[in-house]
Amino acid sequence: MVKLREMSTEEPFAPGHRLCAGCPESIATRMALKAMRGPTVITQATGCLEVATTIYPYTSWKIPWVHIAFENTAAVASGIEAAFKALEKRGVGKKVDVLSIAGDGGTFDIGIQALSGALERGHDFVFICIDNEAYMNTGIQRSGATPKGAWTTTTPAGTVIPGKPEFKKDLIAICAAHGIEYAATACISYWNDYITKVRKAIEVEGPAVINVLSPCPRGWRFDSSQTIEMGRLAVQTRYFPIYEIENGKYKLNINVIKPKPVEEFLKAQGRFSHLFKPEFRKEIETIQSWVDANWKRILQLCGEAGG
Amino acid sequence: MKKVLGLTGNEAVALAAKQCDVDVVSAYPITPQTIMVEKFSEYVANGEVKTEFINVESEHSAMSACVGASLTGARVFTATASQGLALMHEMMYIASALRCPIVMGVANRALSAPINIHGDHSDMMGSRDCGWIQVYVENSQEAYDSVIQAFKIAEDPEVLLPITVNLDGFIISHCMEGVEVLEDDAVKKFLPERKTDFKIDPDKPLTIGPLCLPDFYFEFKRQQEEAMKNVPSKVKKVGIEFGRLTGRTYDVLHTYHVEDADAAIVCLGSTAGTARAIAEKMRKEGEKVGVVKVMLYRPFPAEEFRNAVKHLKALAVLDRACSPGAPAAPLGSDVKTALYEMEHKPKVFDVIYGLGGRDITPTDIEDIFNCVLQTAETGIIEQPVMFVGVRE
Repeated sequence: MVKLREMSTEEPFAPGHRLCAGCPESIATRMALKAMRGPTVITQATGCLEVATTIYPYTSWKIPWVHIAFENTAAVASGIEAAFKALEKRGVGKKVDVLSIAGDGGTFDIGIQALSGALERGHDFVFICIDNEAYMNTGIQRSGATPKGAWTTTTPAGTVIPGKPEFKKDLIAICAAHGIEYAATACISYWNDYITKVRKAIEVEGPAVINVLSPCPRGWRFDSSQTIEMGRLAVQTRYFPIYEIENGKYKLNINVIKPKPVEEFLKAQGRFSHLFKPEFRKEIETIQSWVDANWKRILQLCGEAGG
Repeated sequence: MKKVLGLTGNEAVALAAKQCDVDVVSAYPITPQTIMVEKFSEYVANGEVKTEFINVESEHSAMSACVGASLTGARVFTATASQGLALMHEMMYIASALRCPIVMGVANRALSAPINIHGDHSDMMGSRDCGWIQVYVENSQEAYDSVIQAFKIAEDPEVLLPITVNLDGFIISHCMEGVEVLEDDAVKKFLPERKTDFKIDPDKPLTIGPLCLPDFYFEFKRQQEEAMKNVPSKVKKVGIEFGRLTGRTYDVLHTYHVEDADAAIVCLGSTAGTARAIAEKMRKEGEKVGVVKVMLYRPFPAEEFRNAVKHLKALAVLDRACSPGAPAAPLGSDVKTALYEMEHKPKVFDVIYGLGGRDITPTDIEDIFNCVLQTAETGIIEQPVMFVGVRE
């Protein structure tokens, strides 16, 4: 775990950007940059963070920052990493850390091919997915990261279909299956765990992935003062287990001994409000069963007993 | 002493890229370009180059990585064709708008459907508005020469635009010819290491690729147009310099017997060779025919083109691509647009030929010459767009 006094006092991500009040993306970004160990280059997928921090001619970035498109930030990182290596051979390059940031759309869905390719090729970079569980930048549409039952504008709470029918995709298992040295989940509400993981990921020689849960007040439908609290609820209900996979070995980082029922997490957010109608209440039981089974699965992978 | 190697177009392109000492190659194999990638992989595997070779998982990622590498200040090469070029389409606009002087070999191939691996220009024509400089070559020698010149043109601070070197799939890409090659040192002298002030550099941080709304977007596009305007003079300058080195001078157009002709064929790529052979034969028979080979297709050298053909009575423009529903195919449209403001201009008709690798025979070319001669004589265009070599 990092200590406060060890963290960088630099603020390469400047305030004054146009992200919403209570937005977890600025929190996730600022914390990640606290883990910087030296010259760092950011590659950024299209998304809220990109549009709200760089409206030309303004920028919030005091370090090199590159946005190319939505689906390819890992491929862009590959090119930058390779170019720095090539320039070093020519004697004109510098050693830099390459940090890619994408939302769950740019990671779980449209970006997964480029990510998979970059992981398989073993480029030395860190990929952070700021997972707010939907396409928030275009106005709250479902993604592969959206949980079952959640309302989005493309999975509306209809009279027949109550929100998204499918469960969330297991991104970290997909990434770990590439045999990479480091993959982890994190949540902005547990800053120390998250920053420690980003630093660990940077120090890995090769690719590393972190999926950081980032509750979005607009998309999840909660008050903007509750962002951190919502992340805590996600973890304390075991909805979002916090673990890491280092060289194939799973480790549970935050054990939740006495979990709150997932209902507490669901009822705090407008995106699940339709599930509390009598005709859809059974969905909550289904979600609870999924949470229980998923927790058990993760515990087994971590070699932990009970739970 | 001159060094001549037997090389296919693909091999010539790979060798030229190697001699240009590229820092990064990011590419994905596709017929008929594959050998460019395979040859380069051999150079890497045998330690003949210091290049970082990224074996990406798609053409989309190939171009994405090229853009990232180019923005870092590296000299970057890639290659593709057909579906691969179509998959890159989105990234090609970004490469040009972010002013990345990437050089790309394109072994032109038809686009699906139906799937077809043979040569036509549909692929590049589908991306012709993507802001890239586009050069078409006639044979392996031109492919080799053009790649070396391409880096010098693209990396010029007054240009900073990416460039495609187009060679007809199979007809050039797989045809072995004698290619006169330069020594490595001569290429190095002609093309020094890439230098750029605008790059990803932690000491001078830049925000690259920001959101740009109606208040500024237009100015970026306007600047791209300005950069394009600088290209023809740079192509000529580099072509002359290359000529001093090799005896092979390059220009934006190549004309053959056009000076005193009544009628001419206008075309791109390998077809120019066939057209010249037939023109030579018909000249001996007393017909005043010529050939205009367009070497620089984007930016279209309109002024040079007007000057070259202003005295002609008729032109047949050969298009190895079609633009369904348009008044003419791509090259035909450009020619007609270029000539429109002229008071006395040649009559122009468009000939669509050779799609999906359909052979264009000497007889076809002779028929087209006869047709364009008839138009020159009568002033009448029988068909504004005609198809040659297709079952009707």
